[in-house]
Amino acid sequence: MLNKYPLWKYFLIVMVCALGVVYSLPNLYPPDAAVQITPTKSGDSVDEYTLNKALSALDENGVAYFGEELQEGKTALIRIEDTELQLQAKGIIQRELGDGFIVALNLAPTTPQWLMDMGAGPMTLGLDLSGGVHFLMEVDMAEFLDQRVDGYRDTLKRNFREQKLRYKRVVSAENHSIEVKFTKADTRDEAENYVRREYPEFLTETQDKDDGFWLTLQLTPAKIKEFEDYALKQNLTTIRNRVNELGVAEPLVQRQGRNRIVIELPGVQDTAAAKKILGKAANLEFRLEALPSASRFSTEEYSFKDPTRGRSARLEKTIIVTGDNVSNAQPSFDENSQPQVNINLDSTGGAIMGQVTKKAIKRRMAVLFVEHKVRTRYETQDGVEVAVEDKYVEKKIISLATIQSALGSSFRITGLEPAESSELALLLRAGALAAPMYFVEERTVGPSLGKENIELGVTSVQIGLAMVLIFMLVYYRVFGVVANIALAFNLTMLLAVMSVIGATLTLPGIAGIVLTVGMAVDANVLIFARIREELKAGLNPQQAIHSGYDKAFLTILDANITTLIVAVILFAVGTGPVKGFAVTLSIGIITSMFTAIVLTRAMINLIYGGRRVEKLSIGGV
Amino acid sequence: MNDVKDMNFMGMRKVAAALSIALILISIGSLITQGLKLGLDFTGGTLIEVAYETGANVNDIRKTLESSGYEDVTVQHFGSEEDVLVRMKESYRANLGEEVLQVLQDATEEDVVLRRSEFVGSQVGEELRDEGGLALLLALAVVMIYVAARFQFKFSVGAVVALMHDVIIILGLFSLMQIEFDLTVLAALLAVIGYSLNDTIVVADRIRENFRIIRQMQPIDVINRSLTQTLGRTLVTSLTTLLVLLALLWVGGELIHNFALALTVGVVVGTYSSIYVSANILLYMQISREDLLPPEEENEELDDRP
Repeated sequence: MLNKYPLWKYFLIVMVCALGVVYSLPNLYPPDAAVQITPTKSGDSVDEYTLNKALSALDENGVAYFGEELQEGKTALIRIEDTELQLQAKGIIQRELGDGFIVALNLAPTTPQWLMDMGAGPMTLGLDLSGGVHFLMEVDMAEFLDQRVDGYRDTLKRNFREQKLRYKRVVSAENHSIEVKFTKADTRDEAENYVRREYPEFLTETQDKDDGFWLTLQLTPAKIKEFEDYALKQNLTTIRNRVNELGVAEPLVQRQGRNRIVIELPGVQDTAAAKKILGKAANLEFRLEALPSASRFSTEEYSFKDPTRGRSARLEKTIIVTGDNVSNAQPSFDENSQPQVNINLDSTGGAIMGQVTKKAIKRRMAVLFVEHKVRTRYETQDGVEVAVEDKYVEKKIISLATIQSALGSSFRITGLEPAESSELALLLRAGALAAPMYFVEERTVGPSLGKENIELGVTSVQIGLAMVLIFMLVYYRVFGVVANIALAFNLTMLLAVMSVIGATLTLPGIAGIVLTVGMAVDANVLIFARIREELKAGLNPQQAIHSGYDKAFLTILDANITTLIVAVILFAVGTGPVKGFAVTLSIGIITSMFTAIVLTRAMINLIYGGRRVEKLSIGGV
Repeated sequence: MNDVKDMNFMGMRKVAAALSIALILISIGSLITQGLKLGLDFTGGTLIEVAYETGANVNDIRKTLESSGYEDVTVQHFGSEEDVLVRMKESYRANLGEEVLQVLQDATEEDVVLRRSEFVGSQVGEELRDEGGLALLLALAVVMIYVAARFQFKFSVGAVVALMHDVIIILGLFSLMQIEFDLTVLAALLAVIGYSLNDTIVVADRIRENFRIIRQMQPIDVINRSLTQTLGRTLVTSLTTLLVLLALLWVGGELIHNFALALTVGVVVGTYSSIYVSANILLYMQISREDLLPPEEENEELDDRP
C-alpha cells in the first residue's frame, strides 16, 4: 500500500529518536562550580584527612559547599554553592593545604547517575566558551637534529680510530650532514664502505678537492623523520607530565602537524604560572660520589629525595652528563627478576659517560633530580595580605649506585624496589625535553567573555530557530509542523552525537549549528515543493506524497554530499575555529538526512498514509 | 503539463553577465590596490581585549601605551563603548597581556578587566594563510570532480565558475569595506561554497531532469522552465537561512559578526549565482539534450526509498 511503513520501521525510527533524546539530555544539567585538589607529587594522593582540613577551612570562612568527594583515591572535588565564591574558595584551600597540593578551579558535571551508567555525558566546551588558555609550542627540530648529528660526529671519530681509518678532520656541516677529510683516497673509500655497512641511516658522497679527499655523510629523509617523530613524542610526554602538575581539570595536549604541540588549559587564568611550569626545566645530573679524600671545595652535600634511602651524600661538583643526554629510561627486571631501570644516553652522553666511568669502577654514581620550584608565603603589605612567590632550585638524589663496569650509552641501575624503579624511570624521562621548544601562539579567554559567548550563541540559536519555525508553520501548515518537529529532533541528535563522540563545542561550532538549522529545512522545502508540483500536475494526494519524496531524494543526496565534501575538507585542512565549525556542520548534515527525510516521511505516513485523503494541508496549492 | 507560465530568466542573461563581470572586476581591482585587511590569525602579532567599566577613550589609551614604549599600537572599540581592542606588532614576550593591562590600569581610576589576549607568531600566521588558501582550492577541485562525475563536465564548469564568482565578490566586499578577514571569515567563505553549491546542484538537477523529459524545446526555454520550477524552493531556503544568519548578525556578538556578515552576503550572492552564473555558463557552453542523455537507464531500486 502507498505511504505506509511496516511496524518495525516506525519502531526503529522511534528508537533512534529516543537515543538522541537520552544522549543529549546531560547537556541540560548545568555543571556546578567546584574546586579540585591534586597532590603536587605524582605518587601522592589526597586522603580523607586532607579533604577534611580543606572543608573546615571553608567552614571557618563561611563558604558553603556540598557534594565533596575523593576521586579514584587521588584527587578531591568540592562543589561550591555560590559560583561567585569559587575563586575565593580556591584561595582559602590553597592557603590551608600549602604547596604540597595544587588547587584548581573546575566545573563538576551534574549528570544523573542513570545517564552516566549509559555512558552519556555533556559536551565539552571549547576555550572560547569556558575561558582558559591556549598555547601552541613549536619544537626546534633543526637544533635537535644538529645535536643528533654532533653525537654521530663524535662516535664516528671514535669508530674511525678503532678501525684504523686515518682521517684529517671530522666536522658537522650544513643540512644535518657530516664532512670527513682524508689525506689518502683509498682510506676515504674504505671509510665510505665502512659507513655504508655500519650506518645505513646516512647517504654518502665523495669529493676530491685540492686540499684532500672528502667524504660527506647526509642523514636520510627517513631517519630525519624518525628523529622528528621521536622528539615530538618525547616532548609530548614531558609536556603532559608537566601539565598534570598544573592540576587543570581537563587539559588537552595534542600533536599538531609535524613539529607543534597544542596545549589547552580550560579554566586557567594565570598564564604566567602555566607558562612557567610548561617551560620549566626539571632536569637530571649524573655525578660521582666524592672520594673521602676530596677537598670540600670540589664537593657538595645533597639529601635524598626519598628519606628512607639515607640522609645525604657528598658528591663531586663536576657534572658527568645531564638529563638532556638521556634519550630513554624504562623500568624492567633483570635475569634474577630484580627490578632495574634501563637508561639510554645519546651518543655524546654515552661517550663522556664511558670515559668517566672507566676510571671510576667500584665508585658510586648519583643521579640528582633538579627542580625549579616556587615557595608561596603570605605577608602583609600596606595592611593587605598578599601571596609572595619565592623561586628556588631544589636538587635531590634519586639514586646512588655502585658502578660495576665502564658504562656506555646504555646502562642500568639495579638494587631497587619495583615501585621505585618505575618512579625512577618516570623521573628520568619526565626530566628532559628531547628537543628545545618555544611558544608560537598564545590565546587567553577571560571567564566573563566565555560566559557571554555562550549566552550570545544560545540566544542566536533560539531566535534563528523561532523565526524558521514560524515561517515553516505559516508556509507549509501541517507539513510545516512535521518539518518543525523534525528540525527539533535534528538539533537534539546533533547535540547527542557531539556529546557521545566527545566533540568540543566552540563559538564557531554554535554558528555551525545555526547554519544547520537554516539548511536542514532545505531538504523539507525541496520535498514539499515537489509534492506541491505533483499535486498541481494532477496527481492524487497519496501519489503526490510518494513521488514528491522519491524525486526529491536524489537531489537532496547530491546537494548534501557536496556540502559534506566541503565540510570534511574544512575539518582536514583547518585548525581551531575552522575545525569546530566543520564538525558541527558535517554532523548536522548527516543527522538532517535522517530527520528531514526518514522522520518526516514516517510522520506524514502516520497522518495521511493508508487512507483516502481529499486534500493535503501543505499550503499554497 | 505546466500551467504556470515560465519566467524568462535567461532573457536578462546579458545584463546579469555584465553585472557579474563588473562586480568581479571591482572586487579584483580592490583586492589588488587595497588588499585584504588580514586579521591577527594571518598576520601574526599580539592582540589584547580589555573591558572598562564606563566608556573608554581610544586616543587616550593609545597615547598611554605609546608613552610606555609600545610601538605600532592600534586601539579600537570592539562591539561596545566599554570594550577596547589593542593590537601591536610587539613580538612575543611572556605576560605581555598582563603587562599591558597593568599599564592601562595604572592610567585610570576605574577597573580594567582583561577579556582575552592572543599572540600568533608570524610563522604560524603565514602557515594559516597558506592552509586557508589550500583549503579553498582543494574544496573547489573536489567539487568540480564530483559534479563532473555526477552530472556532466559542462555543469562542473558552471558550478565552479559560480563558486569562484561568489568567493571573489565576498573577498572584494571585505577588501572594499576594509573589514577584518580572519579565520572565522575563512570558515564562512568555505561554508558559502557549501551553500552556494547546494543551490547550484538543486538547479542543475532540475535542468538535467527537464532536458531528459522534454523533447521539443530550445535549451534556453528548458533552462527557464527549470529555474521557474525551482524558484520557490530557492527562495524559501535562502529565506530560512537568511533568517538564522540575521539572528547571528544581530545577537551573535562581536566575535562572529564578520563570520555572519560573510555568510549573509554569501547566501544572497550564492542564490543569484546559481540562477544567473551557472545556468548562464551552461548556455554559453551550448548545453544540449545530447549532453544529458542517460548513459544507461537509471536503476529502479529507488522505489522503496522513503
